[in-house]
Amino acid sequence: MSSVPTAPLASPADPSQVEAAPIAQPMSGFRESLHFALRNKKLLFGLSMTSALLLIAIIGPFLAQHGPLDYGGKLSIAPTTKGGYWLGTTLQGQDVFAQFVTGLRLAFIVGALGGGIAAVIGMVVGFTAGYRAGWVDEVLNMLTNVVLVIPTFALLLVIAAYLQVRGILMEAVFIGITSWPWAARALRAQTFSLVSRDFVDMARLSGRSSRKIIFKEIAPNMSSYLFMMFILLFGGAILIAATLDFIGLGPSNTISLGQMMQLSVQNAALQLHLWWWFLPPGLAITALVGSLYVMNVGLDEVFNPKLRDM
Amino acid sequence: MALRVEDLRVYYRTLAGDVKALDGVTFDVADGEIMGLAGESGCGKSTLAKSLIRLDGRMRHVGGKVVLDGKELPIWDDSAMNAFRFRDVSIVPQYAMSALNPIRKIGRMIHELLRARGVDARAAHQELERRLDLVGLDKGVLDLYPIELSGGMKQRVVMVISTLLDPSLLIADEITSALDVSTQRAVAETLVEFRDRGLVKSMIFVTHDIGVLYQVADTILVMYAGKLAEKAPAEEIVSNPRHPYTRLLVSSLPEVGVRYEQRQLSGIPGRPPHLLDPPTGCRFRDRCPLATARCAEEPPWVEEGGRGIACWEAKPAAAVAARVPVEAR
Amino acid sequence: MTRYFLRKMVIYALTFVVAVTVDWAIPHLMPGNPVNQLMSRIQIQDPKVAHQVYTHYMRAFNLDLPLWKQYWYFWVSLFHGDLGTSILQFPTPVMSIITHAIPYTLALLIPAIALSWYAGNKFGALAARHKGLDNTVLPFGYALTATPYMWLGILLIWALAVTWHVFPVGFAYDPTAIRGFTWPFVSNLAYHWFLPFLSLFLVAFGGWAIGMRNMIIYELESDYAHYLGALGAPHRLIRKYAFRNAVLPQVTGLALALGAILGGALVTEIVFSYPGLGYQIYRAITNEDYFVIQGIFLFIIIGVLLANFIVDIVYLVVDPRTRIGMEGGRS
Repeated sequence: MSSVPTAPLASPADPSQVEAAPIAQPMSGFRESLHFALRNKKLLFGLSMTSALLLIAIIGPFLAQHGPLDYGGKLSIAPTTKGGYWLGTTLQGQDVFAQFVTGLRLAFIVGALGGGIAAVIGMVVGFTAGYRAGWVDEVLNMLTNVVLVIPTFALLLVIAAYLQVRGILMEAVFIGITSWPWAARALRAQTFSLVSRDFVDMARLSGRSSRKIIFKEIAPNMSSYLFMMFILLFGGAILIAATLDFIGLGPSNTISLGQMMQLSVQNAALQLHLWWWFLPPGLAITALVGSLYVMNVGLDEVFNPKLRDM
Repeated sequence: MALRVEDLRVYYRTLAGDVKALDGVTFDVADGEIMGLAGESGCGKSTLAKSLIRLDGRMRHVGGKVVLDGKELPIWDDSAMNAFRFRDVSIVPQYAMSALNPIRKIGRMIHELLRARGVDARAAHQELERRLDLVGLDKGVLDLYPIELSGGMKQRVVMVISTLLDPSLLIADEITSALDVSTQRAVAETLVEFRDRGLVKSMIFVTHDIGVLYQVADTILVMYAGKLAEKAPAEEIVSNPRHPYTRLLVSSLPEVGVRYEQRQLSGIPGRPPHLLDPPTGCRFRDRCPLATARCAEEPPWVEEGGRGIACWEAKPAAAVAARVPVEAR
Repeated sequence: MTRYFLRKMVIYALTFVVAVTVDWAIPHLMPGNPVNQLMSRIQIQDPKVAHQVYTHYMRAFNLDLPLWKQYWYFWVSLFHGDLGTSILQFPTPVMSIITHAIPYTLALLIPAIALSWYAGNKFGALAARHKGLDNTVLPFGYALTATPYMWLGILLIWALAVTWHVFPVGFAYDPTAIRGFTWPFVSNLAYHWFLPFLSLFLVAFGGWAIGMRNMIIYELESDYAHYLGALGAPHRLIRKYAFRNAVLPQVTGLALALGAILGGALVTEIVFSYPGLGYQIYRAITNEDYFVIQGIFLFIIIGVLLANFIVDIVYLVVDPRTRIGMEGGRS
C-alpha cells in the first residue's frame, strides 16, 4: 500500500498572489493550459501509459482464449503461443493472461469508483467546511480528524473479514468512505485561499446571488485541483484494494491482481520460479499507479505557472 | 555620481516571445538623492528595481549597463552580483511583511545572514540595536519570532536589516502600497531619515503613488510601457508637468477638500500596450490627447537643466493647473 | 497550550470509543456465529453433548447475554486486558498471541519508518538541489512509492532468496536455531529480519523523498528565500532554511502515512511469513478466528492513537508558530 504522497504533491495554485508580471497575455486561459499540457513530458508520459493499460484492460478480456477461473490448461507452463496461454498458466492450470486482464479491469473499476467516492465526500466535506467556516467547520474538522486517525486499513480488515461474499462494488465503497479525510483537508485549505470574505461581501453588495458568482469564479480553480486530487485517490484506491485482496479479502467469484499475487505466494510460485504468475500483476499495479502519480505532477505544472521549467 | 544607468534593457522570456518590460532606460542618481520611480502597473518600474539587484528567473539582461560608484554592476551574473548585494546595493522588498523566515528568531536569522556574508556579527550587533532604536523598536524584538510581531513592526525590521551595511543604493520597492496613509507617512519619513543620517547614500523609491513621492523624493522619474516619460525635481513634476502622461497622472490625483461636484477626477482612458510586441513610435500615442502624426516616430529622451522628457509635443510651460497634494513639505 | 492538548485528547478519546464500538459491533452485524465455527471444528456426534458444549461456549463468550450487556462487558474486559480467546489456537488467549507477535512487528516498523523518513528527506533535499540527481531520483521515487508493498517483498524474495541464496526466504529465525540471547541467535534474527525490513524501507523511502523534494522546491519560492537571495546570502544558507521549513509538513505527514505503512508491514509479514501481527491477522482471517481479528484491531488502534499523539507533541516542539499561536501572539 502506498505512502500516498504526504503533502499534495506540490503547492496548490494561489491566485491571491499576483506577481508584478509583464502585461502581455497572448493566449486565453484554457488555450494556454492546453498549450502547456501538450508539451509537458510528465503529463504526456503518464497519460500515455495509463491509456495503454486502460486499452489492455478493455480489450484484453475479449482477446483471452480462456476464462480467468477455467482449469484445463497444462500445469505451470511458461508463456507460450500454444493454446493462447500468452502469460503461461498457474500451478492449477489456469490462464494467467486471462486472469491478468480481468484483474487489470477490476483495478480500473475499483480505482475509479473508490477514488471517485472518496473525491466526492472529500469535496463536500472540505468545501463546506472551508466555505461555511464557523461551527460547521469545527464539526466537520472533528469528523475529519476522527476518520483520519482511525487506521482505516485495519478497519477495512475487520469489516471485510466478516463479510462472506464480497463484490468489487463493496470493496470500492469501503475504500471510498475511508480514504477521503486527507483530500477533505486539502480541499478545505484550497477553499479558504479562494474564498475571501471580501469577495463574498462584494458579491452580496452588488446584489447578485453570491452562490452563483462563487461557483462561477471558484469552480474553475477548484475543479483543476479536485481533478488532481481524484487522480491521487484513484491511485491510492488501487493500492489499497490490491493489499486487501492479497490478504484474502478480495472479491469472491472473480480474480484480481492482488489475489493473483496471493495465490502465487500461497502456491510456492516463488520457489518454483513461476515468474509469469507473480511478476505481471505487481508490475501492472506499479506501472498504473506510477503513471497516475507522474501524470498528476505534470498536471500540477500545467496548472501552476510557477512550477514550469523554462 | 552614485548610480548611472545607461540604456538598460531587460526582457522577460515567455513561451510566446520576449516581453520588453524594460526597453532602454537611461538616468543618473546622485549621492544623497532620493529618486522616485512612478508609473502604472506594468510600466517597468518593478522590473527596473529588481534588475538593479537580482534578476528573477524569467528576466534576461539584453543590453545596457549599470555603474555604481564607478564600478559596473554585473547584473547578468547572479553569483558575481553577490559581492555587491547587501553591501553596495540593497532592497526593501514589496513583500517585506513575509520576508522573514517564520521559524527562526529574528536576531538569530540576522546573525546567520551576517556571518554568511562575512560580516563580524558581534560588532554589527551594537549597530543593529542602535538602528532598531532609531525606528522605534525595542531590541527585545531580536528574541522574537516573526509571528509575534505586527505587520508594521516586521516592515521596520526589514528596513533595518536591508540598510544595516550602509549600502550606496537602496531600492524601496512598493513598500507603502499596502499601508494606510499614516503608516505610509511614517515609513516614508523613516527612509528620508536614513538618508539624512547618511546610513544610505542614495535611494530609488518605486511606487505608483505620486502623492507619496511628493513628500519624500527629490526627483521623480515617470515611466510608461517600459520607457522613460519624464524626469524632474519632485516639486516641478507635480506643479509643472510637461509630458502629457505625467499631466494626466497628476491631474488624476484627488485633492482633499475638493468635492466631486466641484471638480471631477479625470482618469486616463485606455490601457498600456502589450509589451510582447510593442507598437513603434511613442508608446503613449494611443491614449495621448496631444498625439500627432509625428508621434509615429519614437521621441528621443532629451535632458536639460535637470529635467528630462521624451515627447515631441510637450510644451515648455504648463497649460494645465496641476493639483498640489495638501500635505506640503 | 492546554487547549490544544485538550482538543487532541477529545479527538483521540472519541476516535477510541468509535473504534472500539465498531470493533465490537461488526461481528454482531454479520451473519454467522463464532461458536458455530468452533462447533463445526470440534464435530461432536451426540446432540445432547453438543448442546452442552454449545451452551458452555456461548456463556464463555458472553453470547447469551443481551446486546447492551455484551457491549458493556466488552469494555470491562478491555480494561482488564482480556481480549478473548483464540478459536483457532484454542485455548490461547488473544492477548498472548498479540504480545508474542508485537515485538516482530515493531522490529520491522520502527526502524523502517525512522530510517525511511530520515533518508527520504535527506535524499529529497539533495534531489531538489541537483538537476541531474533529480532526473534519476524522481522517476525512481515515483516507481517505489507506486509499488505495492507485498510485490516488492515478492521480488526481493525471488531475487535474493530463491534465485540467489543471499538471504533466507522467510520466518523470524531458523527453526533449527537455539533460542536465547546468544550472538549466533541474534545474528540469525537479524539475518531473517533484513529483507522484510528492506522491503518496507524502500517503498516508504520513495514517498518521503518525493514529498520532501516537492516541499523544498515550494519553500525555495517563498518570500524569505527571495529576500535572502536579494541580500546576497549564499545558497547553502537559503537551502538550510528551506530544509528546516520543509521538514515541518513532513512531520505531520508521518501521522498521515502511519496507516499506510502499517498496512504495508502487515502484508510484508505475510509474504515473508514473519510472525508479527500481520501474519497472525492473516491466519485469523483465513481461519475465521474472530476474536483474534478483533483483538489485533484494537491493539492497532491504540498503537496508532499513541503514535499520533507523539507526533503531535513533536510538532509542537518543532514549530514555533504553533507554540506561539497558542500562547496568544502579539499581532
